[in-house]
Amino acid sequence: MRSLALNDLSHNKYYNWIVRNFFSTWLNTSLTIIALIFLYKIGTFFLDWAIFSADFKLNFQGQVITDRTMCSKNIAPGEYGACWTIIYARFDQFMYGLYPAEETWRVNLSFFLLPFAIIGFLFDKLPLRKYFIFFTFIYPFIAYFLLYGGPNLTIVETNKWGGLLVTLFLGVTGIGLAFPLSIALALGRRSNMPIIKSICVIFIEFIRGVPLITLLFTANVMLPLFLPEGVNPDNLLRALVAVTLFQSAYMAEAIRGGLQAIPRGQIEAAQSLGLTYWQTTRKIVLPQALKIAIPPIVNTCIGLFKDTSLVLIIGLFDLLGIGKAALADMTWTKLYYEVYVFIALVFFIFCFGMSRYSLYLEKKLKTDNS
Amino acid sequence: MKNNFIRKIIFDERSRSLLIQTLTIGIFAFIIYILVQQTAYNLDKRGISSGFDFLNMSAGYDISIRLISFTSEDTHLRAYFVGLLNTLLIAICGCFLATILGFLVGIIRLSSNWLFKNIAYVYVEFTRNVPVLLQIILYYSILLHLPQIKQAIVLLDNFYLTNRGFFMPSPVPKEGFGIVIASLIFAIIASYFLKKYLKKRQETTGRQYPIFLMNSTLIIFIPVFFYYITGMPIEFDNPVLKGFNFKGGMVVRPEFLGMLFGLSIYTAAFISETVRSGIISVSKGQREASKALGLKNNLVMRLVIIPQALRVIIPPLTSQYLNLTKNSSLGIAIGYADLVHGFGGISLNQTGRAIEIMMIVMLTYLSISLIISIFMNIYNKSVQFKGNA
Repeated sequence: MRSLALNDLSHNKYYNWIVRNFFSTWLNTSLTIIALIFLYKIGTFFLDWAIFSADFKLNFQGQVITDRTMCSKNIAPGEYGACWTIIYARFDQFMYGLYPAEETWRVNLSFFLLPFAIIGFLFDKLPLRKYFIFFTFIYPFIAYFLLYGGPNLTIVETNKWGGLLVTLFLGVTGIGLAFPLSIALALGRRSNMPIIKSICVIFIEFIRGVPLITLLFTANVMLPLFLPEGVNPDNLLRALVAVTLFQSAYMAEAIRGGLQAIPRGQIEAAQSLGLTYWQTTRKIVLPQALKIAIPPIVNTCIGLFKDTSLVLIIGLFDLLGIGKAALADMTWTKLYYEVYVFIALVFFIFCFGMSRYSLYLEKKLKTDNS
Repeated sequence: MKNNFIRKIIFDERSRSLLIQTLTIGIFAFIIYILVQQTAYNLDKRGISSGFDFLNMSAGYDISIRLISFTSEDTHLRAYFVGLLNTLLIAICGCFLATILGFLVGIIRLSSNWLFKNIAYVYVEFTRNVPVLLQIILYYSILLHLPQIKQAIVLLDNFYLTNRGFFMPSPVPKEGFGIVIASLIFAIIASYFLKKYLKKRQETTGRQYPIFLMNSTLIIFIPVFFYYITGMPIEFDNPVLKGFNFKGGMVVRPEFLGMLFGLSIYTAAFISETVRSGIISVSKGQREASKALGLKNNLVMRLVIIPQALRVIIPPLTSQYLNLTKNSSLGIAIGYADLVHGFGGISLNQTGRAIEIMMIVMLTYLSISLIISIFMNIYNKSVQFKGNA
């Protein structure tokens, strides 16, 4: 009977999986034990810090926290838990910056509409996709009207914008504006005309060779020098110019990869049917090339989204900039870890989401083509 | 005649492309002309002078982190070189650390232990989806929260971990140290020839020698031997607490450490992914064939898998090195005195020569990128398939 039981166990797929992955050899077993100890130490410490010992709105004596001296860890020497009250207290700034409180519904509405504007692009089998794509093209005007203001809405200057609003604005607008520019650059780089080609190559390689921060500096300091008097773009617009140019160079390289993957025969076939260059490009080459290029394009978008945090160096208050400003406030100073962990989490949610989407597309492309 | 000309432009490809290109050049030249005019006018109106003469003027600020001496009387040109050296220092150290960490994590991600694999996976996902700037600032603020100098954490008696940096003894070579260095060089040359000789022996006799073990013993043993024979010609200058600061020894500043950790931990996550995909790209048959030939596990890795994986790894690794070098410009956020912080920031504010300075900084980064690409391309060629494959 006993041997039978053992026999059963070795055929059990969970038992086999555990043995194979954790205890296959002595080395493997010791690695498992080390990993478990490591996980236990780090995991319990982090959970304790972030949740169990942490203050949310009340400290451990049950008082409502109004400034950093009331955080448990600043009252009792043994306490070390996080003091998340700073996030509650500053939540509006993290989201909208200094946007007037009575007007924040406009920001909320544009945040709410944003997914509907993007979704048509992301999923090609969406029902009513035509209308979603149509909405994508009118969304920028709606968002501009809502965020900046216009008839019937009070104007909110961009120096009042901040937090997630600026991060998303730079990210989404930068990507949106860079997209057509990058298609032009990618086509130009593959053009037969030597002058067009060399202009595109020089532009792309130049932008890719220098750090974004130098472009931001250049845009910040030099844009006003290039432009005629009276035309004085605000700081956000200057950053947007730099971000757009930067993104377009990287995106152009991703699209070029897609263009190169289109077999020459496709183009020749289109030409022999009598299609012109623009017809071939628009109807044959680009639809296929862009489909292949979407995963690398999404990867450049993740890079750009993270890089928008650099604008804090030229004095804009994006999510990270607002975080640093919150830490400079005497009421909440020194709560570094809480603020940085919160911001990291926000960035992580966006970037991880995008990278999952890119993985999903790669898988789909593989099955589509097989 | 006129009709014919228009027809030619519309339907003849060559003349059409000629026309388009001429137009493009014309438009470009016009735009540049307008920009230059406008800029000259604006500069003139704001009373900003231009030219490169400022490079020889005294900078008037101090740089605390530096590899060559620098005082506030030195010129902007020297400030440029101090910044450039700092940028190169952080880039080289960062690439080095990121490569080691990246390879380690990449290999762990392919290990058969589920827990190890997934710890590495979580590390990769968390570091590469959070901005590098945020990570640099976070590590820097952790370093700034170390104890003050008076309550320094003491490691091994003479190493002090404080919020002002990591203080450690600095080696001071004495007389006879040259002999130790010479013996080290000799050992390296000797090990090279030994390796060649043993390889030849192996080819003729078929016997394998523990080349790596023999060479490392040689390289370690000979200099240590000479070190003791010459009477230990290195003295250590220990940091000693005097007043509010340490005297003597050397110090690694928290700005440098923050940059180093931030850049290398961030980039290592990307490198580990390229290493992983490189190793996966080597087909399973290769591993099985080399096992069937009787190679041991570490030889399979060293002689069969890694050389083939490197072909896939090197190109993306190059772009990661380039990214790290460009990201080193973020030192400005925590006060690491690199090119952008000192020359591109403080010098720019003091002289107001925005165009000249940004041009120099950008050209410098372009040249660094170009040099890294050239070297990595040479290396890439040496690992690619030989012959016409």
